[in-house]
Amino acid sequence: MFALSKRSLIKLNVNQEEYEVFIRPSDILLFTLREQLGLTGAKPGCYNGDCGACTVLVDGLPVKSCLMLTAEAIGKQITTVEGLKDAPIQKAFIEQFAFQCGYCTSGFLMVCHALANRHPNPPDIVIDEWLQSNICRCTSYEEIGNAIRKVLSGTCK
Amino acid sequence: MIPFDFEYYRPDTMQEATDIFRQLESEGKTPVYYSGGTELISMARVGNVIFDAAIDIKNIPECRVLEYDQDNNLVLGSALTLSEITESNQFPLLGKTAGRIADHTMQCKITLGGNLASTIIYRETVLPLLTAESRAVVASHDGLREYPINEIFNQRLNLEKGSFLVKIVTNRGFAESPYFHIKKTKNEKIDYPLLTTAGIKVGGMLRIPFSGLCSYPFRSMQIENILNDTGSFEERADKIADTVSENILNDTSGSSEYRKFVLKNTIINVLETMKDV
Amino acid sequence: MIEDRPPLARKKVRYYGEPIALVVADSDFTAAKAVSLIQVEYKPLPVVNSPSQALEKDAPVLHEQMILYHLTSEDIYPELNTNICDRKKIRKGDVKQGFAASDIILDSTFTLPQSDHIAMETRAVHARIDADGTVFIKTSSQTPFSVRESISQTFNINLDKIIVEVPFVGGGFGGKAPVQLELLAYMASKAVGGKEVKMINSREQDIASSPCRMGLEATVKLGAAKNGMIQAVQITYLLDTGAYSDVGPRLIKAMIVDCTGPYNIPNVWCDALCVYTNHPYVTSFRGFSHASSAFCIERMMDKLAHALQMDPAEIRAKNALQPGNTSPTQVKITPSIFGNLTACIDKLKALINWDEGTMIEVGNGKVRAKGMACLWKTSNSPPNAVSGVLLTFNTDGSINLNCGCVECGPGMKTTAAQILSEKLKMDINRISVNMEVNTKYNPEHWKTVASMTTYMVGRAVLRAAEDVIQQLKNLAAAVLKCPPEDLEVANEQVSVRQDPSLFLQFKDLVHGYQYPNGNSVGGQILGRGSFIMGDLNLLDQETGAGKSGPYWTVGAQAVEIEYDRKDYTYRFVKAATVLDAGKVLNPKMAEGLVKGGMCMGLGLGSRESFSYDKDGKVLDTSLRTYKVMHFGETPQYLVEFVETPEIDAPYQARGIAEHGIIGIPAALANALSLAAQAELDELPLTPETIWRIKTGGCS
Repeated sequence: MFALSKRSLIKLNVNQEEYEVFIRPSDILLFTLREQLGLTGAKPGCYNGDCGACTVLVDGLPVKSCLMLTAEAIGKQITTVEGLKDAPIQKAFIEQFAFQCGYCTSGFLMVCHALANRHPNPPDIVIDEWLQSNICRCTSYEEIGNAIRKVLSGTCK
Repeated sequence: MIPFDFEYYRPDTMQEATDIFRQLESEGKTPVYYSGGTELISMARVGNVIFDAAIDIKNIPECRVLEYDQDNNLVLGSALTLSEITESNQFPLLGKTAGRIADHTMQCKITLGGNLASTIIYRETVLPLLTAESRAVVASHDGLREYPINEIFNQRLNLEKGSFLVKIVTNRGFAESPYFHIKKTKNEKIDYPLLTTAGIKVGGMLRIPFSGLCSYPFRSMQIENILNDTGSFEERADKIADTVSENILNDTSGSSEYRKFVLKNTIINVLETMKDV
Repeated sequence: MIEDRPPLARKKVRYYGEPIALVVADSDFTAAKAVSLIQVEYKPLPVVNSPSQALEKDAPVLHEQMILYHLTSEDIYPELNTNICDRKKIRKGDVKQGFAASDIILDSTFTLPQSDHIAMETRAVHARIDADGTVFIKTSSQTPFSVRESISQTFNINLDKIIVEVPFVGGGFGGKAPVQLELLAYMASKAVGGKEVKMINSREQDIASSPCRMGLEATVKLGAAKNGMIQAVQITYLLDTGAYSDVGPRLIKAMIVDCTGPYNIPNVWCDALCVYTNHPYVTSFRGFSHASSAFCIERMMDKLAHALQMDPAEIRAKNALQPGNTSPTQVKITPSIFGNLTACIDKLKALINWDEGTMIEVGNGKVRAKGMACLWKTSNSPPNAVSGVLLTFNTDGSINLNCGCVECGPGMKTTAAQILSEKLKMDINRISVNMEVNTKYNPEHWKTVASMTTYMVGRAVLRAAEDVIQQLKNLAAAVLKCPPEDLEVANEQVSVRQDPSLFLQFKDLVHGYQYPNGNSVGGQILGRGSFIMGDLNLLDQETGAGKSGPYWTVGAQAVEIEYDRKDYTYRFVKAATVLDAGKVLNPKMAEGLVKGGMCMGLGLGSRESFSYDKDGKVLDTSLRTYKVMHFGETPQYLVEFVETPEIDAPYQARGIAEHGIIGIPAALANALSLAAQAELDELPLTPETIWRIKTGGCS
């Protein structure tokens, strides 16, 4: 049985690197990433799982890191936006003007990236379902839809 | 940020889980079982719940099963995520219901057991289970016990202290029955329900449970008797609305009068779509 | 404007969410623990839960001491011992006569709720006070220079001792224009000897504690002749400013200025009251009151068209303001000042296929309907609003553009670089603009609000460009031994017009010119450009006459919905906008801004609102219950532009950042009113609202 009864040093695998961090068992993954590892790409927007700005990938699936204990992430592969290097979706976002203020962008990128990896050819309903997990307040979403469709259709690599 | 400290345990067996629960209790601590954690974390953040230890059951193999047993029953572990259930497509009605709870990313974290044991009043995953006469397998210190879902779930999941839900067992015939799922919200697709129903047709009879209509999810024989009775669809809808009238929720999602209107429409809708099934 | 709000409530708490105490701790963990130890006992006071209730005879007065409040502007007229903190008026023509000349008179009342900005980044501040007393504030703000001013005045600190820094801002929409957390953060730092403190709003605090978007109750009476020509309008606006006034007085000014919509109405009577209630206090929000005022007048236009059995597009075109008409505040309409509304309407009709019919049965109890709304907006910026630009050169000839506007999404820095690159005829990639703003190093820019940044920064950029062109030419003229006026600047070169093979490169001039023998002349070339709003004035107290902005941006918008008669639900099919942009500078960005505005407008129209309980407690304080538009729920967006030059603007460009939102709630309500055959005069239009209005709320 894994037990973490007090503030302890643990190992986290983030963006394919091992990190040692000192955490409380009650610490939230979002803040461990931001404050201890300096990975500020995941953004707090609601602290309640409603906006998706803090989305990271855990073993390839999107997770709202504001609703995950850091302790839960031990032994898992975490990917943050800093771990995306020239992913097609990043290029597509720029080409399609899929962001304005940019605050929601990393969360959207992570959802799109995971979607493209898991469902290379999804029907529209699946695209809608995945991307409805996030909120963008600047764009009309149409631009974000165009960006993910460019990636899925292979016209943005 | 959760403004209090707690201990975190991730047992590998059911026995370890119930043992550590007992041990912590004997030390005067308040442990909780922890599955997807989304609700616990959001409630803990605003001080609506406080505990001394979280016992994460996601590593217990029995809580993660997704299989048919030797009696051809579908067995779903309580720590399966909603998205795992939807993607498996083994219990289409449950998959459909799970696919309309919160949003997709959250469905990758929320678990079946967590939704059933939720303090938020909707607990929509219970609707398919109520109609399919599923059975709940519960672990406690003295071993496993199986309960019919309608016994252990009365308005909410009633577990004895120290016990936790391990899996849900459902007859394959029920799991594959023709079904309907309707979720009505205030306006936004991703929202708590004004009303959700998720039922099946068995032996020519419709089973119709509700969430969001009252302050708890339920299935009512009285309603189903009216539903399966004769009379025009409108008459049956009116009668059903009258029987629940006094208990209909009234909140910012919708007034009780409006919910009543939505209820009637939904019943007519169900009767129409299921009439030739 | 009215200094009525202490940073922390004193003696009286006036709204749910009002900050009452501040805890400073070494970590958020400890701070949260400490907060949970604070016990507060409130003595309940009677609650004012709507502006009309605030005006009732025996209504409790929220601010008994209004007489003591300092007013920072002369055009504010508080009514003591009432809840009216300002009243602004339009008296143009003679409405009595106008109504007498009318064949038809329509009356309606409108109720629009408060709502919230929901910028994805909640408001956040860092503050520290250095040993020499320098106050350092890092904040997510649209108004770094106002933050500095406010800290200075509130705590009596010299301006030169305050440095405000603003990084990229995660969305503003007007919500980060007011100064609130910055004052608290300063107080917190002060309390711990100047140590750096960090304050970040939770989403719940951002919604309930920080300022929100205005609510409105309005009554409108509109009179017209049989031929559809409007004769008179009489409007009373009650603006729900919440517990404190913030920019409420400016909001009612913006409402009266454009109260007629972009239509020629000869006789206008309008009273706009800024009313205190026990709701969260309000501030600027994209469109600065115009989405609300346009809702009222544009619903009236549809009612008028319906009553006269005229085409809603035709009645708008017929009444559209034309050169020679005057605005409600008696500003003369010219093509440059106003643009061309008729052209926008025509283009919109084609874009949304208006002439196929505004209501089409699609079977199965469903109907498709289209609604239209026009819009106009001017800046309402103060006459003394300033913007400055400084240019420095790197030794390789590339340029640093230094300005004080904030980047919160609309790509202002890109626009500034575009304008400079166009003026200097050089590659935009050789111009770098400061992204962060620091009040110590960047020249002041009034505020990044009101869709005025292109206009103000742009004009300062042009002046700075002129300044460096002159200096470059003077220096090159000396070296090349020719008159400066014979030289041209392009491609980072100064060349002789008659013989372009004679030229000097920027890199050889911008840090001084060195002769072959080593002698050097010139020195660094530093460009400066400064702009002040100038010819605006305060409005006359009695008639409202006066000029409150340099020009208007006008436009026409439409929404098409598919409505289900059985259950009063609907989905968005199309949303279209045609704006008179003057000149589109950045086409993809312009389109994106307008679409984003439309999306937000659909949110206001269909789902966004605060609801309160009987004690004025806001019930929707998380994004779980406060709903905004999501992916996959949006219509097809159609955006086009008309270009009527604004002759004073940089490259004739009008502001367009806010305007996409303005007419959308009205166009949606017009479409739904048509589809549902009901008068939908409130927002948001949820299926339940339509059901209630259609059936009287009885199932």
